[in-house]
Amino acid sequence: MSVRSAYDKARAEDRAALVGYLPAGFPTFDGAVEAAKAMVDAGCDVIEIGLPYTDPMMDGPTIQDAVHQALVGGVRVADVFRTVEAVAATGAPTLVMTYWNPVDHYGVDAFARDLASAGGTGLITPDLTPEEGGAWLEASDGHGLDRVFLVALSSTDERIETITGACRGFVYAASLMGVTGARNALDTGAPRLVERTREIIARSGAELPVGLGLGVGNGAQAAEVAGFADGVIVGSAYIRRLLDAPDLASGVAGVRALTEELAAGVRKGR
Amino acid sequence: MTIDTSAVPDETGHFGPFGGRFAPEALMAALDELTREFETAKRDPGFVAELDGLLAGYAGRPSLLTEARRFSEHAGARVLLKREDLNHTGSHKINNVLGQALLTRRMGKSRVIAETGAGQHGVATATAAALLGLECTVYMGEVDTERQALNVARMRMLGAEVVPVRTGSRTLKDACNEAFRDWVASVGHTHYCIGSVMGPHPFPMMVRDFQRIIGEEARRQCLELTGALPDAVVACVGGGSNAIGAFHAFVPDESVRLYGFEAGGDGVDTGRHAATLVGGSLGVIHGMRTYLLQDDDGQTQETHSISAGLDYPGVGPEHSWLRDSGRAEYREITDAEAMEAFALLCRTEGIIPAIESAHALAGALKVGAELGPDATVVVCLSGRGDKDMHTAAGFFGLVPEGAGE
Repeated sequence: MSVRSAYDKARAEDRAALVGYLPAGFPTFDGAVEAAKAMVDAGCDVIEIGLPYTDPMMDGPTIQDAVHQALVGGVRVADVFRTVEAVAATGAPTLVMTYWNPVDHYGVDAFARDLASAGGTGLITPDLTPEEGGAWLEASDGHGLDRVFLVALSSTDERIETITGACRGFVYAASLMGVTGARNALDTGAPRLVERTREIIARSGAELPVGLGLGVGNGAQAAEVAGFADGVIVGSAYIRRLLDAPDLASGVAGVRALTEELAAGVRKGR
Repeated sequence: MTIDTSAVPDETGHFGPFGGRFAPEALMAALDELTREFETAKRDPGFVAELDGLLAGYAGRPSLLTEARRFSEHAGARVLLKREDLNHTGSHKINNVLGQALLTRRMGKSRVIAETGAGQHGVATATAAALLGLECTVYMGEVDTERQALNVARMRMLGAEVVPVRTGSRTLKDACNEAFRDWVASVGHTHYCIGSVMGPHPFPMMVRDFQRIIGEEARRQCLELTGALPDAVVACVGGGSNAIGAFHAFVPDESVRLYGFEAGGDGVDTGRHAATLVGGSLGVIHGMRTYLLQDDDGQTQETHSISAGLDYPGVGPEHSWLRDSGRAEYREITDAEAMEAFALLCRTEGIIPAIESAHALAGALKVGAELGPDATVVVCLSGRGDKDMHTAAGFFGLVPEGAGE
């Protein structure tokens, strides 16, 4: 299934899509696969697999901790592709979220080729904008992959137009000015950002869902976001469940329970 | 060979294939604002006069060009020292920081943040913030707060908050990450005062333009003193701001050789070093495309240098461009070579250099031997060594074990 059809399916059910994030190799290679499969099983529509990177500039302490553990555990780029392959086998569209250097270093076209052959559907690139993304735009066209760029509260209309024009699959709206990590309250500007982004997409005659991430951590917030966005993206809250669990089994149980809560949330929002 | 420096960076911040803007979308508006503000400010006579006034009346410019007669005997060539160590706060960093602090005020922002390795940039930023009444937070790797404790105290004395960074390798690159994280969350009222010719556009260009005064003065002073241009200009390179500052005015002078010396640590072949242009490969770090020390997976490698200020896996993109174009030559200096030159300058000239600058001095000894006695070599003495006395005293066994801990 493509990311787009997962969003369409959610829309047909009159709800927002639930998008869950986990880094490959965390807490272990098998643990990440098991947790991601539990997320799909319990109601996640789309999975983002993080590529652990030494310099996660956009991430708060929770994701930093997790990717550090993954790197110390020896995770490699090849393991990310293997993780994608295992998760994509569930049928859920699986994207990789990655900082740009590992892709650049691997070779943009080779990365696209290997991601596609692992069954991945595309990339989310928090530090790559379309302006610097020429090689990626070409490679993603060549291999039929989605490309998800971010829009921010500070983005001008002109930039939103450029960014959404380059996106495929969905647009990632960053709900707050800050790094990843669950928050108590969402920025009041988030609904307006989603609305602006939708207006600009509509003006261009395109159709593209808008997912909102950064700071969402519980069912109530998921319901709130589902009231105005097409997708609800959750990362740090999942990792927190695994970090705080005494062992993998209870961590995965926590991930499953959180997914159920969030999945109920995205159904309450409309 | 002539290189047209007016062509770089281009409008999007590229030095050939290097530079650019690889940063979170949340920062793009601020980077655009900064680019516009800098372009307007540098054409505004009021801004230029205020900066020039601070450089002359506060920082102590122009800095001296000192004839190093006794050191020259060891170098085998005539060595002239560009004395950035005599600037207020003891290094070249103040040149850039005064410019950026004035820009911060001009943009109506009330707070600056900075990253620092050895503390030179942190101290300079805290100083400029105090002078202009700005709030100041400085991120510093925990390892560096330990080896540069005196500078931490200095920053706090000046009213800055110093935040020890405990992630990653706990050195300069991690302090950069943390400063970017702060900036993404505070960009409405905060300016990130980047301390070197690195980061997303416009920083490499802007910091270069604030530092080019080093080379412009040195060029004029050398002509006055010797009646000719130098044969070589030598500087140390971590991020590379003192080197770009020293090189820039000489880039069009074909006869002047430009040498950058990187931190070779235990030796480039040991893997324990920070010599990015010597031992690195092309990549993206901290918002720019440049040479980078990375492993087979594109993960940043841990670096080592006896100098906290050079202990950084990246380098400013303009240096990558100067290297690949062949206009400048980059080599490495080991910790041991740097410390030997450190001691030599102390004993021959009565000047205690920063350990960063000692890498340039060690380079000058090599360049001098190669160019011969008729050559004139200008060395950028980027900073003074007070901050490094703890490290140097330890290295040379001048203090009892555990003293000063």
